[in-house]
Amino acid sequence: MAETKVIVGLGSCGIAAGANKVYNKLKALKEADNLDFELTKTSCIGMCFREPLVEVVDENGSMIYGDVDEAKAIEIIQQHVLGHNPIKEYVVKTDLFSTPDQSYFEGQVKIALRNCGYIDPENIHEYEARGGYQALRKIAHESISPEQIIQTIIDSGLRGRGGGGFPTGMKWRFARANQSDEKYIICNADEGDPGAFMDRSLLEGDPHAVIEGMIIGAYAIGATEGVIYCRAEYPLAIKRLNIALAQAREHGYLGKNIMGIQGFNLDIYIKEGAGAFVCGEETALMASIEGKRGMPSKRPPFPAEKGLWQKPSNINNVETFANVPYIVANGAESYNKYGTEKSKGTKVFALTGKIKHGGLVEVPMGTPLRDIIYKLGGGIQNDKKFKAVQLGGPSGGCIPEHLLDIQVDYEQVTATGAIMGSGGMVVMDETTCMVDVARFFLDFTQKESCGKCTFCRIGTKRMLEILTRITEGEGQEGDIEKLEELALQVRESSLCGLGQTAPNPVLTTIKYFRHEYEAHIRDKKCPAHSCKKLLTYEIDPNKCTGCTVCAVKCPVKAIDGERKKVHHINQEICIKCGDCYNNCRFDAITKS
Amino acid sequence: MRVQRLLTKSGSSIPTDEVDLSLIEPLINKYKGKKGNLIPLLQGVQAIYGYIPRSAFERLSDETGLKLSDMYGVATFYAQFRLSPVGKHIIKVCHGTACHVQGADSISMALKEALKVNDGETTPDKLFTLETVACLGCCSLAPVMMIDEETYGKLTGSSAVKIVKEIKIKETQVKGD
Ligand SMILES: Cc1cc2nc3c(=O)[nH]c(=O)nc-3n(C[C@H](O)[C@H](O)[C@H](O)COP(=O)(O)O)c2cc1C
Ligand code: SF4
Ligand code: SF4
Ligand code: FES
Ligand code: FES
Repeated sequence: MAETKVIVGLGSCGIAAGANKVYNKLKALKEADNLDFELTKTSCIGMCFREPLVEVVDENGSMIYGDVDEAKAIEIIQQHVLGHNPIKEYVVKTDLFSTPDQSYFEGQVKIALRNCGYIDPENIHEYEARGGYQALRKIAHESISPEQIIQTIIDSGLRGRGGGGFPTGMKWRFARANQSDEKYIICNADEGDPGAFMDRSLLEGDPHAVIEGMIIGAYAIGATEGVIYCRAEYPLAIKRLNIALAQAREHGYLGKNIMGIQGFNLDIYIKEGAGAFVCGEETALMASIEGKRGMPSKRPPFPAEKGLWQKPSNINNVETFANVPYIVANGAESYNKYGTEKSKGTKVFALTGKIKHGGLVEVPMGTPLRDIIYKLGGGIQNDKKFKAVQLGGPSGGCIPEHLLDIQVDYEQVTATGAIMGSGGMVVMDETTCMVDVARFFLDFTQKESCGKCTFCRIGTKRMLEILTRITEGEGQEGDIEKLEELALQVRESSLCGLGQTAPNPVLTTIKYFRHEYEAHIRDKKCPAHSCKKLLTYEIDPNKCTGCTVCAVKCPVKAIDGERKKVHHINQEICIKCGDCYNNCRFDAITKS
Repeated sequence: MRVQRLLTKSGSSIPTDEVDLSLIEPLINKYKGKKGNLIPLLQGVQAIYGYIPRSAFERLSDETGLKLSDMYGVATFYAQFRLSPVGKHIIKVCHGTACHVQGADSISMALKEALKVNDGETTPDKLFTLETVACLGCCSLAPVMMIDEETYGKLTGSSAVKIVKEIKIKETQVKGD
């Protein structure tokens, strides 16, 4: 029997970093010499910045190797697996000795992500071995009533993780109260925030946790059918969900009289999204399931009364559902012992942007923002200066340096003008232009507006025009005030959250970075040297050695010059990509 | 607004290609008469042809009773659906937030220059279609692009162009053989 286990992280981002090649190499090595170790896979461990990741578990414990390529894979097998001599300098995480990256895990509490990176998501037994489906079993064995489940969820303080933060137990109570022959439980896996991947990682890494959460939710509200609405851009998540659903059916967790509970019948199916951000909004999502254009409709009636197919429905986010089995199995206190007064439990964040340790973290509510960025995240890439962190995506805002000491919970984040959102945290440094960030988000919301409300449709367009001209050096006095005025109108006169929150990125950047707007408008300068229209790259003839590196690197051949002679940038052709600037070894290229 | 983007993308006229409509029969049989079948039907058609040919709309309508106007309304609302044929390789440059702050614009611009196309367009040799997407979920590798099923991370303008050129060279070699 094999005692050593070798586990490769095969989440989307691991695969993108080359983990499949590593896996295949390990497999070939094992098969060629009939080596005695067990090779398996898992998904996102959270240390995305060190992908590809390979874990070796033997009698001494576990060690996770980072930045593994095929060559390192061979070394790991030879020295660690066969020679019992771990290569300490490649290890990024272990309990056996300290590693430079271990601060990434200090302060993390994994509840929603409890199995991510620990199990093979395509193997139901590995989920069960870590306590999976125990919550459902407990409900059946102890005859816990739906009302008791709802009370437990209310007591746990769990709030919706899809962005709104509505108390989950309350929502379930409303849905339960409406009698109907058909009732739906829906999982929102649309994850529209561009730059966030919490839900993707959960679905790829632990699909059964989400499914078990849905089954418990269905039991609590009395649902007869479940739907998972998943982004089509997540093919791996869809594949693993399908495998998990088939296994759940086989094991009797889905079907008729589930776990022997008389009359508890449920099946769940997947509906693929078709690429529209607004379909993350619950009423639009249900319209989309029905095969219509995904346009939001007025509430009331709320989904709990008239939802999918006009029947009572309950919709929750992926992460919300993933927390449910843990709470039911371990009790409300196991969850509400974490967090702040009004925001209980933990929250998953996707740390990205100019941060050293980009990846997936789960921390108790109330963790200081500064700790997330500097302790877990390791600070800013290339030791540049922090400028802002964006929370809440297109509905959120940018939080500046002087507010980094807030504790991250619904209340304190909202007080800054941003929102908690679904958990995307994009870190920006001194080279990021805040006007451009506002323009980026407005461009997104403007394109994604469903067009139903005049202000959302046209107001965002006008705002985008103003922001665009500011970033192009055509801004005028009064533009900032115009933006603020339009922002209020769009916020007040839009039907759904998309329009109501679309101005947030603009308002928070004006609030905290007004000087950057003014520099663009008055001095026609982009202080971050980011806006391309306000930027010129030039070659300093005194420093240029004619090494030709820039000319080779330039993707559009804008640089000419002979070897050992001073080079020159043709400004007509230059697309301001910065490749030459980043590659010149003689500091000869200037940016102004 | 959502609907506009497709109108500008697909240009003036919708092509009427000759396609083998018998390919969609199994799909029609699978979904005919099921509620909420419109989007899965269109997704299935696109999976077969790479886009939704006009004649397929008509066949779907004839056989399932779905209204043409409803189908077209849905097809133009969702970014996923294409009404014109695409190139052999689809390049999707990520323009999610993380990729944006890490310079996704330069990647798109370099590719536009190299391929001489705009977003949503296909090269005349029908090898590449250039598109943008919002977040491929590999933000820690930003900036990212996806060509067909393969994801490439930590790009620069020149490395992106190089990757595309290599595919192109391979394609021309295959033809030359
Ligand atoms: C424009 C818009 C986009 C949204 N996108 C998502 C999304 O991608 N995922 C999600 O879970 N909720 C999203 N929501 C929130 C949902 O409408 C809904 O509140 C949520 O799914 C409820 O689940 P929860 O209570 O578990 O958070 C979005 C809302 C709006 C207005
Ligand atoms: S606010 Fe915007 S996205 Fe929402 S319903 Fe109105 S137009 Fe559509
Ligand atoms: S900035 Fe980019 S496009 Fe311009 S000269 Fe340098 S490498 Fe070429
Ligand atoms: S560790 Fe691989 S996706 Fe996060
Ligand atoms: S923003 Fe590009 S992969 Fe997420």
